[in-house]
Amino acid sequence: MSAKTLTEPADAAPTSGETLLEVNGLTKHFPVMGGFPFKRQVGAVQAVDGVTFDVHKGESLGLVGESGCGKSTTGRLLTRLLEPTGGTVKYLGQDITHASRKEIAPIRSEIQMIFQDPYSSLNPRHTVGTIISGPMEINNINPAGGRANRVKELLEIVGLNPEHFNRFPHEFSGGQRQRIGVARALALNPKLIIADEPVSALDVSIQAQVVNLLQGLQRELGIAFVFIAHDLSIVRHFSQRVAVMYLGKIVEIADRDALYTRPRHPYTHALLSAAPDADPDNNSIERIRLTGDVPSPLNPPSGCRFRTRCWKAQEKCATEEPPLLQIGGNDAGHLTACHFPEDGDAAAKRAAAAVPAARTTED
Amino acid sequence: MSTLTKSEAVDAPQAGNAFLSVRDLRVRFRTEDGIVNAVNNLTFDLEQGKTLGIVGESGSGKSVSNLAVMGLHNPRNTTIEGTVTLDGQELLTASQRELEKLRGNKMAMIFQDALAALSPYYTIGRQIAEPFMKHTGANKKEGRERAIEMLRRVGIPQPQTRVDDFPHQFSGGMRQRAMIAMALVCDPQLLIADEPTTALDVTVQAQIVDLLKDLQQESGTSIVFITHDLGVIREIADDVLVMYAGRAVERGTMREVLKTSQHPYGWGLLSSIPRINSSVDVPLEPIPGTPPSLLNPPTGCAFNPRCAYRELVDGDKCVTERPPLELANGHLSACHLTPAQKQSILTEQILPRLSS
Repeated sequence: MSAKTLTEPADAAPTSGETLLEVNGLTKHFPVMGGFPFKRQVGAVQAVDGVTFDVHKGESLGLVGESGCGKSTTGRLLTRLLEPTGGTVKYLGQDITHASRKEIAPIRSEIQMIFQDPYSSLNPRHTVGTIISGPMEINNINPAGGRANRVKELLEIVGLNPEHFNRFPHEFSGGQRQRIGVARALALNPKLIIADEPVSALDVSIQAQVVNLLQGLQRELGIAFVFIAHDLSIVRHFSQRVAVMYLGKIVEIADRDALYTRPRHPYTHALLSAAPDADPDNNSIERIRLTGDVPSPLNPPSGCRFRTRCWKAQEKCATEEPPLLQIGGNDAGHLTACHFPEDGDAAAKRAAAAVPAARTTED
Repeated sequence: MSTLTKSEAVDAPQAGNAFLSVRDLRVRFRTEDGIVNAVNNLTFDLEQGKTLGIVGESGSGKSVSNLAVMGLHNPRNTTIEGTVTLDGQELLTASQRELEKLRGNKMAMIFQDALAALSPYYTIGRQIAEPFMKHTGANKKEGRERAIEMLRRVGIPQPQTRVDDFPHQFSGGMRQRAMIAMALVCDPQLLIADEPTTALDVTVQAQIVDLLKDLQQESGTSIVFITHDLGVIREIADDVLVMYAGRAVERGTMREVLKTSQHPYGWGLLSSIPRINSSVDVPLEPIPGTPPSLLNPPTGCAFNPRCAYRELVDGDKCVTERPPLELANGHLSACHLTPAQKQSILTEQILPRLSS
C-alpha cells in the first residue's frame, strides 16, 4: 500500500548491471474464512505487504528476518508458486505478476527454487536421475549428448558421484540431498535461483559445504540469487545486498557493508546485536534485547509495524507509517523505513546505554 | 572394534565433590540393523551453579547421553553402563520409583521442540502445576498459584489469564518459556536443556539464553546445555564438551575450547561457521565428508576419514588406534597429533584464518 506512494529510488545502485527482477509493491494477503452458516472472509493474514526491490544480473540479494516475517512467502511469490494479491513482478521488463500458465512457462525455466527441507522436497519414489531430468522433460529440452549425460554432468558440478544417478533420495545424507536439490535447480540453466533457507536444516559442518557450493555456482555461472535465511552471518557471507524484513515489509535494504556496519533501522540493529558470536574476546557487540514476540500479521500494529517492540517509538510511529527512503547520511541504495533512525556508528556505542532505560519503561 | 585397552578415565581428581558426575557412560541400542554404540566412555563432571555446554552434530550422542542421565531410555532395547551420580546418589542403578522422585524435582529437562513436548490437551497452567503437585503434595489451588508465579518468573505477560491458555495459543518463544517454567517449578538443582533455542529466532534465542542465565544466578542451578551453535556456547557455558560419534573429543573451559581448540574437529567447526565481522572474501573451510554411522563407525579415531591432518601422524595410527582423551596444551583432547604439532597448527593455520 505505502510502497506505491513512495518515490521509487530509480535504482540507486547502478553498479551491478542490468536489472533482472523488478518487484514493486508486492502484496500477498491470505484470506481467513469464518462465520456460520455461510463462510465469508473475516480477516486477512498480511504475509507480504508492499515489498519493493530489484535483483540485478548475477548478484545475490539476501532476505533476512524472523520467522513469520514473510520472507518465504516473498520467495514463493517471485516464483509464482503463489498468486500475488497486489503489486507487480517484472522479469527482464516483462510483467509476470498475473501471467497465465502458458505465458509464464518459458520464464519458469529461468527462475528456479531451492527448498529448505531436503527431506520433503525430493520425491522418495523417484531416482536421483528422474528427479534431476524432470525439469528437462517437462520443458522438452534435449541437451546435446542426451539427458542422462547432462544429469551426470550436473551431479558432478554439485559434487556428487555421477554414478549415483540410479539411487533413491533416502540413500543420501541431508547435505547430499540438498546438493541434489541444487542440481535440479541448475538443470535448466536458470538466470535466477530463489534459495529458501537452503542450509538451515543441515548440520553445522555441512552448512559450509553447501554455502561454498552455491557461492562457486554464483561466481562461475553468473546466476543471480535471492538468498532467504534467518542466519545473519551466513547471509552476510553470501549476499552482496541484504534486505531486512519485518512483519511483511522491508524495513531496511542496503549493500552488505553498509547494513552490517552502519544499520540505521532499530530492528536491523537489534537483530545484529542478538546474533551470537563464537569469539569469546569479541566484547564489542552491545546487547539490545527485544522484548516480546513478533505481533500477529492478522492484525499488525498501526503506523510502523516495529513500534510495539522499538525502544525509540513515539506517537508519530503509531499514526504514520514510515516510507522506505534513503535517509540523510546514507550511501546511495541504502534505504531505511524509520521515523527516528539510528545514526550508524554512534548508535552502536550509545544504544548499549539506552537499552536498560527502555526496558524499565516497558515493564 | 578398537584396540585401546587402557581406561580413559583421565578425569579430574576431585571427582567426589562434583554435583553431577558421569563416569565411563556407555549407551547402546539394539536395532534391526545391529547394535548402535550411541555413547562410548563418556566422562564429565558438573559443579553446582555451573553450566556445561555440549557441542556436536546430530547423531553425536549428545542428547542420548543426557536422556541416560535422566533415565528416559526404553530399558527394553537400551543397554546403559557406567556410573552417573547426582549429588552422591547413583542414578543408573536406581529403581524407576526413585527416579520418578528425582525427575521434575531435583533434575529437570527442557526439550528442543516445545510444541511436541507439551500436551495439546491440557492447559499450560495444569502442565506446569502437575510436577509441583506430585512432588510437594500441594493441592490444585496451590499448584495454580505456583504456575502463575512461574509464568511471571519466566516473563510471560498477564500470567493470571495466560495460565488457562492451551499450548497452541502460545507463540514459539512463549512455549519455550512455558517449558522452562515447567522444568523449574520444583527448583531443580540440575537442569538439562536439550537444544532449547535451536528452533527459535535469534532475538528470541537471546531472550531465552538471558533468562536461563538470570534464573541460574537466582537459584544456583547447574545446567547442561546441549547445542550445535558455538555462538550460544560462548554466551552461556563455563565448560565445554565436544562430542563426535558418541565420544568426547575435547573438554575444557569455554575459552580454552573456543580460542585454543586442540582437536581437528574443533578447528573444523570453528572455521566452517561464518563470523558476523569476518572478511567476506575468504571462503569458508567446510569439514569434508559426512558424520559417520554409529552402526559401523570408522576404526581408530572416528574422525579420521574427515581429518585434514591425518598425514602428520606417523604410520596408520589414526586408523588402527583410538586416541585417548589426554591433557594437551591446557585441556583435554583426543587426537594422535603431538601437543607441539597441535599448537603449531593452531597458531599458524587456524587462528590467522579465524581472525582474518
